[in-house]
Amino acid sequence: MDTGGTRIGRVAGMRPGTMATMASALLLAMTLMPAAASLAAAPAVDAIERPLVDGATDPLRGRAIALGRDGNCLLCHGLVDAGRPTGNLAPPLDGVAARLGAGQIRQRVVNPALTNPNTIMPAYFVVDGLRQVAEPWRGKPILDAQQIEDLVAWLQTLR
Amino acid sequence: MRAVLPCAWLLAVVLACAGCTVRESADPGTTGVHAAPVRPVPLQQGSVFAPPSVQAMQADEFENPGMLWVARGAKLWRQPEGSGARSCADCHGDAGSMRGAATRYPQVDPASGQLLDLEGRIMQCRSERQQAAPLAWESEPLLALTAWVAFQSRGLPMQVSIDGPARPFFERGRERYQQRVGQMNLSCSQCHDANWGRQLGAETISQGHGTGYPVYRLEWQGAGSLQRRLRSCLSGVRAEMFPYGSQEHLELSLYLAWRAGGLAIEAPGVRR
Ligand code: HEC
Ligand code: HEC
Ligand code: HEC
Repeated sequence: MDTGGTRIGRVAGMRPGTMATMASALLLAMTLMPAAASLAAAPAVDAIERPLVDGATDPLRGRAIALGRDGNCLLCHGLVDAGRPTGNLAPPLDGVAARLGAGQIRQRVVNPALTNPNTIMPAYFVVDGLRQVAEPWRGKPILDAQQIEDLVAWLQTLR
Repeated sequence: MRAVLPCAWLLAVVLACAGCTVRESADPGTTGVHAAPVRPVPLQQGSVFAPPSVQAMQADEFENPGMLWVARGAKLWRQPEGSGARSCADCHGDAGSMRGAATRYPQVDPASGQLLDLEGRIMQCRSERQQAAPLAWESEPLLALTAWVAFQSRGLPMQVSIDGPARPFFERGRERYQQRVGQMNLSCSQCHDANWGRQLGAETISQGHGTGYPVYRLEWQGAGSLQRRLRSCLSGVRAEMFPYGSQEHLELSLYLAWRAGGLAIEAPGVRR
């Protein structure tokens, strides 16, 4: 999966099973390439169903990650009860769980480029294919696996 | 590009993928969509995107803190320096001689073949022509002299040359402008071409012109150069910053100056 490696990026510390899910998603994406416009709508390629970690998740911690400096999601996304000015480069997160399933939400956060290669949204759990990353962050994903799962747990509460 | 509603814009991005995926995979680092050099339409000054109070501060000569640097620059202009004890004014005369100079920078120095921004040209005069101790990048006297020289071109349109020896510098600047960088994996173009006028958190993204520089920035509580601003943008996406005076900064600045072609100089700008 060399070609995929550059664009999709190696996913940091991911479990083998999840990696396989992503690889098959990519393969499917590639066969569907001529019809890329429908890619975002094709459910088979846009979800990572298996959680990145086993065990408990904490939606409140997820919210803190989204609103705080770790996730910084509100740089781009709106959120009705944010209590401060938010960005408008992206759809509001309100109601996201009514639009997307857990696996789709996980994919959007882990690596949104899987469904939209031109997205401006950073991949929060990818370390490869990046350039000129500043030293403190080099070789590290923006969030770790537990943080991703806490975030996904919180996003699932936004109906 | 700007007339469309956000939803239509999202749809356009999705649809655009059909055409651009192949180009994307050939060069995964660039955005593809904005590969050709483009100027934002219509061109708008950075101050237009600043909060109204900041705009008012910039517009009022007595309220604009950047004018302090201009005044200091005017003094330094007349101050004898170096082995010959010559001032800038001894060779150049009064302010009128600098009218329009800032609109032509960065430019290639014919003698050395190097790309110089306005600061670089002033540093060159200082060390080679005054034979005085070199001024450091981002030092207060350099900011003051640059603010003073740039102020003489206030209201005049940017018009740099990108032909001949400037061309390779321009091309590299253009490529770098499209290059996704940093842990957030964003290019200059993705913010300043595709998303100007939108909110990044509490900040309104401008078109990314350098026409107001040096600016007084409230966050810095002082004046700063365009290079300092570029470092802020890079650090914002968690990318390695380029050093002051680096080729990368100069090439990017040339691309920015071309992109702002026709837009009037508004230095010293005021920013939040
Ligand atoms: C630099 C801007 C940016 C940041 C920061 C960002 N996003 Fe996004 N996000 C987008 C954009 C733009 C979209 C719209 C789809 C696309 O372009 O990929 C999006 C889409 C999404 C979606 C799908 C929404 C839907 O309704 O289909 C989810 C979920 C999401 N983002 C979650 C997050 C989370 C969680 C964070 C923080 C950890 C985050 N985003 C940070 C720009 C951003
Ligand atoms: C994540 C979005 C983002 C990226 C990527 C980005 N910038 Fe910026 N830039 C900003 C914001 C926000 C500001 C401050 C508000 C403004 O003036 O646009 C800014 C300011 C600027 C300014 C000053 C404009 C003024 O009038 O004061 C310039 C010039 C600029 N950016 C150039 C660049 C260049 C060159 C790059 C690529 C190396 C870059 N930016 C990357 C968001 C970004
Ligand atoms: C010994 C004479 C001398 C002194 C002193 C001197 N310069 Fe110059 N300066 C020149 C010459 C000669 C040029 C080049 C004209 C050319 O060939 O483009 C020049 C060019 C410039 C330019 C570029 C003008 C343009 O239109 O491109 C600037 C800006 C400038 N000088 C600023 C300064 C400043 C600021 C100082 C004081 C710190 C200074 N100079 C001191 C001789 C001098």
